[in-house]
Amino acid sequence: MQKALLITPQLCTGCRQCEMACSYEKEGVFNPARSRIRVFDFHAEARFVPYTCTQCDQAWCKSACPVDAIQIDFATGAKVVYENRCVGCKVCTIACPFGTVNYNADTGKVVKCDLCGGDPACAKACPTRAITYVDAEQTGYDKMRVWAMKTDTAHQAQA
Amino acid sequence: MSWTGKFLRVNLTEGTVKSEALNREWARLYLGQRGLASKYLAEEIDPRVDPLSPDNKIIFTTGPLTGTNASTAGRYSVVTKGPLTGCIACSNSGGMFGAELKNAGWDMIIFEGRAAKPVYFHVENDRAELRDAQPFWGKTVWETDAGLKAHHQDPMLRVATIGASGENGVLFACIVNDLHRAAGRSGVGAVMGSKNLKAVAVRGSKGVRVKDPVRFLKSVAEQKQVLADNAVTSQGLPTYGTQVLMNVINEVGALPTRNFQDVQFDGARRISAEAMREPRRSDGKANLVTNAACFGCTIACGRISQIDPGHYTIVNRPEYRHASGGLEYEAAWALGAATGVDDLEALTFANFLCNEHAIDPISFGATVAAAMELYELGAITSKETGGIILTFGSAEALTALAELTGKAQGFGRDIGLGSKRLCAKYGHPDLSMTVKGQEFPAYDPRGIQGMGLSYATSNRGACHLRGYTVASEIMGTPVKTDPLVTDGKAALVKAFQDATAAFDSAGICIFTSFAWTLENVAPQLDAACEGEWTADYLLEVGERIWNLERQFNLAAGMTAKDDTLPKRLLKEAAKTGPAKGLASGLATMLPEYYAQRGWSAAGVPTAETLKRLALA
Repeated sequence: MQKALLITPQLCTGCRQCEMACSYEKEGVFNPARSRIRVFDFHAEARFVPYTCTQCDQAWCKSACPVDAIQIDFATGAKVVYENRCVGCKVCTIACPFGTVNYNADTGKVVKCDLCGGDPACAKACPTRAITYVDAEQTGYDKMRVWAMKTDTAHQAQA
Repeated sequence: MSWTGKFLRVNLTEGTVKSEALNREWARLYLGQRGLASKYLAEEIDPRVDPLSPDNKIIFTTGPLTGTNASTAGRYSVVTKGPLTGCIACSNSGGMFGAELKNAGWDMIIFEGRAAKPVYFHVENDRAELRDAQPFWGKTVWETDAGLKAHHQDPMLRVATIGASGENGVLFACIVNDLHRAAGRSGVGAVMGSKNLKAVAVRGSKGVRVKDPVRFLKSVAEQKQVLADNAVTSQGLPTYGTQVLMNVINEVGALPTRNFQDVQFDGARRISAEAMREPRRSDGKANLVTNAACFGCTIACGRISQIDPGHYTIVNRPEYRHASGGLEYEAAWALGAATGVDDLEALTFANFLCNEHAIDPISFGATVAAAMELYELGAITSKETGGIILTFGSAEALTALAELTGKAQGFGRDIGLGSKRLCAKYGHPDLSMTVKGQEFPAYDPRGIQGMGLSYATSNRGACHLRGYTVASEIMGTPVKTDPLVTDGKAALVKAFQDATAAFDSAGICIFTSFAWTLENVAPQLDAACEGEWTADYLLEVGERIWNLERQFNLAAGMTAKDDTLPKRLLKEAAKTGPAKGLASGLATMLPEYYAQRGWSAAGVPTAETLKRLALA
């Protein structure tokens, strides 16, 4: 089964545990500035929204890369940056419509989410289940379930 | 690790910035944050200095766990000599700023001297420089935060700043970071203002390292689970915030009302956590929009509120029609019960103003309460207030004064003196509900006896965060004690004070202590930091810090006479509730406390005590 990160912003408290888990997994230090997943705080609207790469099937970043440094991990479906090939040209950062591929000035390479090889650290670290790792074909399951309950009005008719 | 091992020293007089190595021996003895910065302050300034003179220093400091993924590990403190109290001041804040400073590679920043012109301090990893703050001088917290982000083209900049209150010597001016988190008490913002230092703006991307990552991650995961399994930290605080206490404390007859004339407030329910969650009749929405976490916090007690757009306070002020930091318990009490105001929306607006203008809502509300009593006695008249009808229960007076005090204008300048100086100025010093010049927080020591001793002996003046025996006396954590008796409270207060000093020095939030003891903190510190960190040793560190702070205050001129409570709490009994007929039994507890501490009858640490704690 292919899995995907499912983000439920309403559950996010803005704690940044995901950013720390990601940066630790990828960089070996707690460093939110280097996290592949970012939490956005829309303070005036009281909303926190985590955001990261959704692993497009036809990935713009991959298509744009002139040196084939972005490859598909067939086990997870993740688009993975191979640092030994990346030349830091940043074309992928332009090509990605969502801004989820970013340049790291310390290494001269780009970084993006690679789903941690199928066990994403952000999802494990999230204390509120705002980030989960679920069946890619069923990311809407819980939302459908909620609405399914609302559409069944039979019990109201009987009442 | 997990200290960065270096700090910045900024001489504002000379305009110089230099990097210095952290004193590792002091880190072993004082851990970090509150303890370590207090050691630096005590070593570097004469305790008798005028707090608002260039001779005072102000230290922004993180703890060793700050910036790690330990739960709540995003704290920083501001340590200085406080202008409200003349005591050592240490104000602790959450939000994102502390972790950012650590990520920039610094354990602390020590500011000394006074800048000739307004400046702010900009740190971007190794690059740190003083910059001209003239364009931001006089601006609010919210304007300065947005202005600095725009100026540096850096939306991820973390800003800690003062408002006009701190620039103009409001004695309970605070420092606000991330728009609505505050290093709140003792007037640390006024010290910043006295130095012409408007703001500290930080951006860090160096990362935080720990000693033994494998052991650390395991320990952190275990301790997060402890928080997740505890009813207070996993349900009570995220759902209701600290405001979960409003109805509880009112029930036990310990909710100081109308400047401590009463211990129960008939409007408590209307300003409670439950009220914040109820849909309003006007627009069908609740005051509370969501809860929010500070950096790394798996509890998420923060309140984000939105004021009723039709409420009189903002009906003509669209700039306040957005969500921001809502009422925590202490603020709701000070702005509400203390002043007799039961209009939740007005309290929320006053709270917004306190954040926007960087004033401590506890001291502000408590001082307004004292002013209301003075007004009702006729000691203050509408002539002094500029026409404000300052009676108990007036939401209009409260919100008007929040704005005037925040901007240091009109009668707000008198309120900005704090309760002690205000009451003295208007001839009724006994009506000031303060210890060592600092206003009380939200627990009446007649209904919770241990808190009376805790307030009287707190090293930063009246404060709930120096020894929160409410946890034991009301909530039964870690053991239930009777709030109405004085027996055993001396030992309880000492235990809470020492443990709290250790929590405050680690980089984590004291709210974890509803579920954690030092036994839960020690393994995380031990895995993160060089040296050996056990719960027993942390308690010793906490006791050492407490005595260091005490010695600072004694050298600053405090004596045992200052370890007292206002006459009202010692002589006037509670009129209602479970504590009816009781005054504070401080006189019984204090000598026992001195003995427990190993202090003389005059409240001075004995030579033996100092030696035991490596303080002599």
